[in-house]
Amino acid sequence: MNTLPLTARHANLISCQSCHLLSPASAESTPCPRCGRHLALRKVNSLTRCWALVLSSFILYLPANLLPITITTTFGRPAHSDTIMSGVIYFLQSGSWHIALVIFVASIFVPLMKLILLTFLLASLQLGWRWRPLERTRLYRLTEVVGRWSMVDVYVVTILVALVKLGAWAKVEAGPGAIYFSALVILTMLAAESFDPRLIWDQMEEQQ
Amino acid sequence: MRRTQTNSLDRTIAWVIAGLILYLVAVYFPFLAMQSHGIANETALISGIVALYQQGMGVMGLVVLLTCLILPLFTMLSLLYILLPLRVGLRLPRAAWLFAWNQRLRPWGMMEVYMLGILVSMVKLAKLARIIPGPALYAFIALIFVLAAASVSLDNHLVWDFFQSSMMGDTPDKQP
Repeated sequence: MNTLPLTARHANLISCQSCHLLSPASAESTPCPRCGRHLALRKVNSLTRCWALVLSSFILYLPANLLPITITTTFGRPAHSDTIMSGVIYFLQSGSWHIALVIFVASIFVPLMKLILLTFLLASLQLGWRWRPLERTRLYRLTEVVGRWSMVDVYVVTILVALVKLGAWAKVEAGPGAIYFSALVILTMLAAESFDPRLIWDQMEEQQ
Repeated sequence: MRRTQTNSLDRTIAWVIAGLILYLVAVYFPFLAMQSHGIANETALISGIVALYQQGMGVMGLVVLLTCLILPLFTMLSLLYILLPLRVGLRLPRAAWLFAWNQRLRPWGMMEVYMLGILVSMVKLAKLARIIPGPALYAFIALIFVLAAASVSLDNHLVWDFFQSSMMGDTPDKQP
C-alpha cells in the first residue's frame, strides 16, 4: 500500500516557513534565497520551546487572575480593587451579561483553553499517539487564531486608566495583575507560534 | 476558481492608502470623552499609553504601543513600500525580507482587538458618567474593515511569484 502523498521532507526539500519556497534539504540552516528567513525542515526545537512557554504561561495564569488588574478610587470611599473575575461578576450583576460573556471568554476561558489544548497536543506528540491527526491539527489552528483576542482586557485597562481621571472624584490605576496578564497573553501567543503541526503528520508517517 | 484575484495589487494599494488616512485620524483625535461632576476628560490612543507609563506600568504601555500603534503602521507602510514599485515592475532593496516580516508580524497588530476594548469600556463607564464618542471612534471602526479588506484583497502568491522571477534575473513576463 503506497497511498502516502508526497511531502517536501520525502522529496528531500525544505519549505520556507515565510514564503513556502522549496529549497534542497542540503540548504538547511542557510537563509532562504527568496525571502532571507532561516531555512529549517521543522520549526527548531518546537516541542521544547512550546513546553517552556506553556509551563511559564500556566505559572503566570495564577497571578494574572488572582491579583487586581484595576484599582479604582472614588471620592469618599476606600480604594476598590478589581480582578478579572470580579469584573465579570460586576457586569453580570449590572445586567450587561453580553459584556460579561465577552470578558469571561476572552480573558479567562480562552487563555486556559489554549494552554490545556497545547499541553494535550504536546503530550500526544511525546507519547506518540496516533489518534485523529486531522482533528488535532484543527485544534492547533484554533489555538493559533483565537489567542490575540485575549488582549482585550489589557486594552480596557489602558482606556480606563486614561479616561477616568476626574480630579478628586474618581481615578483608575492599573494593578499588578495587568502586567502578569499581558505577559500571559504574549507567552501563549508565542507558544502557539512555536508549535509545529507538521510534527503530528511526521509521527503518522513514521509509524505507517 | 480563479488562480489569482483580479486587480489584487491595485485594490490592496487603494485599501492601504485609505487605511493610512483613517489611522492618522484614529491615532490623533480622541475616541472617547467622559463627563461627570462638571469635569470632562477625553482620551486618545496615546494618552492611555502615557497614563500607564506615569503609573510605573511602562512595560504594559510598551505592549500597547507596539500592538496598536507601531505594528499596524509598519504593516501598512511596508505594504506600500513593496507593492507600489511592484506595480511598475520594480523591486526596492530588502522588499522580500520586509514582506516576509510583514506576514510574520501580522497577528501581532491588534487594532481590532483594541476596538472591542473601546466598546467594553464604553459599557463599563456608561453607568458612572456621560460617555461621548469622539471622531477617532468612527475612524477606528472604519479602519478595522479597511485593514481586513486590504489583507483579503492581497494575493500573497502574486507577490512571491514576482520576487521569484526578479530573483532569477528575468523580467516578469506580464505585469502583475
